[in-house]
Amino acid sequence: MSDSVDSWILKKVSFDTFFSALKLEDYKVLSPQVEDGAVTWFEASEADDLKQGFSDQQSVGSYRLNQTESDTWFSIVHGAQSLKNLTFKPRQATVKIIKTEAGISFQAEQPKAEKIAVIGVRACDVAALQIQDRVFLGGAYQDEYFKANRESLLVIAVNCIHAHETCFCASMNTGPKVKAGFDIALTELKDAFIVEVGSIAGKNIVESLNLTIAPEDMSKQADRLIQHCAASQKKKMPQQNLPNALYAKQHSEHWDEVATRCLSCANCTMVCPTCFCHSIEETPDMARQTSERVRVWDSCFNPEHGYIHGKNMRPTTADRYRMWMTHKLGSWIDQFDSSGCTGCGRCTTWCPAGIDLVEEAIAVMGEDAMEKKA
Amino acid sequence: MNTFADFHAARIMAKREETPDVWTFRLRFEAQNIADRFAFKGGQFNMVYLFGVGEVPISIMSDPDDKEGLDHTIRIVGRVTRGIEKLNVGETLGIRGPFGKGWPLEEAKGKDIVVITGGLGCAPVVGAIEYIFRRREDYGQIKILHGVKTPRDMLYKARFETWARYPDTQVLLASDQPAKAWHYHVGVVTELFDMVDITPEKTVVMMCGPEIMMQAGARHLAARGVPQQQMYLSMERNMQCGVGLCGHCQVGPYFACKDGPVMSYDKIAPYLGG
Repeated sequence: MSDSVDSWILKKVSFDTFFSALKLEDYKVLSPQVEDGAVTWFEASEADDLKQGFSDQQSVGSYRLNQTESDTWFSIVHGAQSLKNLTFKPRQATVKIIKTEAGISFQAEQPKAEKIAVIGVRACDVAALQIQDRVFLGGAYQDEYFKANRESLLVIAVNCIHAHETCFCASMNTGPKVKAGFDIALTELKDAFIVEVGSIAGKNIVESLNLTIAPEDMSKQADRLIQHCAASQKKKMPQQNLPNALYAKQHSEHWDEVATRCLSCANCTMVCPTCFCHSIEETPDMARQTSERVRVWDSCFNPEHGYIHGKNMRPTTADRYRMWMTHKLGSWIDQFDSSGCTGCGRCTTWCPAGIDLVEEAIAVMGEDAMEKKA
Repeated sequence: MNTFADFHAARIMAKREETPDVWTFRLRFEAQNIADRFAFKGGQFNMVYLFGVGEVPISIMSDPDDKEGLDHTIRIVGRVTRGIEKLNVGETLGIRGPFGKGWPLEEAKGKDIVVITGGLGCAPVVGAIEYIFRRREDYGQIKILHGVKTPRDMLYKARFETWARYPDTQVLLASDQPAKAWHYHVGVVTELFDMVDITPEKTVVMMCGPEIMMQAGARHLAARGVPQQQMYLSMERNMQCGVGLCGHCQVGPYFACKDGPVMSYDKIAPYLGG
């Protein structure tokens, strides 16, 4: 395999060889699959385990799955779950406390992770992984559980050739083509995948497949499909002057208006691939001889999130929506030198009240523009 | 280091009642190597853990040079603190820490110190005041302004009275409500500001208490010429992990637990109350 070559052809009839190569490297292979009417990460040990013909249909406040006669493998853009479920688990035991004669002792839960290869990761979710790296590994204190999960993950991305009404990765500069942070990238054409590598680990696996170099017309066809996907995205997140534009809107009346619609249900933060708030559940046993601490996802929409004894710093839904948007699009940049948003659109798709993050951001910052004119 | 599991057992060596709902616990780490290694700066806090219940962030009151133990003054306000109150000398707690940024005790050397505190918020700053008095020659004039709602809320009254007797030190107390035994000012703490002379450029201000009080103090002193970056506020937020990972304590772009809890006014001013 020459280093100057950057893409290869994997014929769909030979897709199984890819799974075999992953198994040879001891990876458990996961793929987003339809199970009980929902898309979740599902173990797939061979190509036949992937269900063909499913596609999703996402719009503001709506998600539908369709089954078609098509034999495509990756026509579902994404489900509610991002890679967050694998890297920053919804529940993570951290420490067990044991009562002893002398007092108490602490038994740390050691970080451990199995080797997982995920097939079908979208560019937005690869971007989310890189944001998570900044959050969990970029500071003075690192999240050892995330680190273990992250290091044992092999990311096999699939470039998007279809965008939903809620997608805006192009305006966030995160997709639809995966640019960095992946091991292998596939683009699904009619009879074959275009294969690209993004890491040494990815290169080793692709080399073992003895693939042929992708002819120029096929590579160009793949690029055209991806470009078309980018161009089809109507939603565009305003990028100017963030985060200051949002700090300036701290007392905007628009937050009260959003709060008349927002249910404060926390769906947006649960499906967001980068939201990292968590709290600890403490569960003693009935005899109160041992107690276990488990880290669980939390949300800035939960009433307790801003609570300090006798006072809630964010008592209203308006406060909480302001917190969520200002953090996600604004203060995140001050904190981690990157936006907290990837443009995946999940918060908008899965909002039961149909609140559209991009529209609300434009509405809040639009006031800014109007004030300037006046 | 796995910060989520980095607990160390500490034994209660002494327990002192400050007021009916405020207790000071003296703790000592069970493991000698932890006791030897544990170093902190004034104004930093620990997460104090009660078996089977949970953790609370509590500032460290004792002197950083005191290697014999750690003092935590705990106000009984919630599930965890109510449980801690019931513990006896000899029982054990868990400690994670120290966390956060403390008072600018090094930067304040050679400067005059103005301390403004309100209500029960004074506990985190008492440690800093004691630190300064133990190194009295390193600092200039000291002015301590403290306000309470009622004289019954007056924590550490004896300490304030002792400080008032020290040279180059002014202690001004205010209570919103009068009482027979209250010989000090009746009114809010902000009314004390006009009673102190300051040299703005050589003054470092340390504030702790209700945010609205700190804001009023900062505005008043800024108007008198104290540079914003020489005024420090101890921010109270929902701090759980202590290391900026759990997300609860955010205020503007900051995590109160790791960028604070003590923050300079020039940084925090735009985000107060949010």
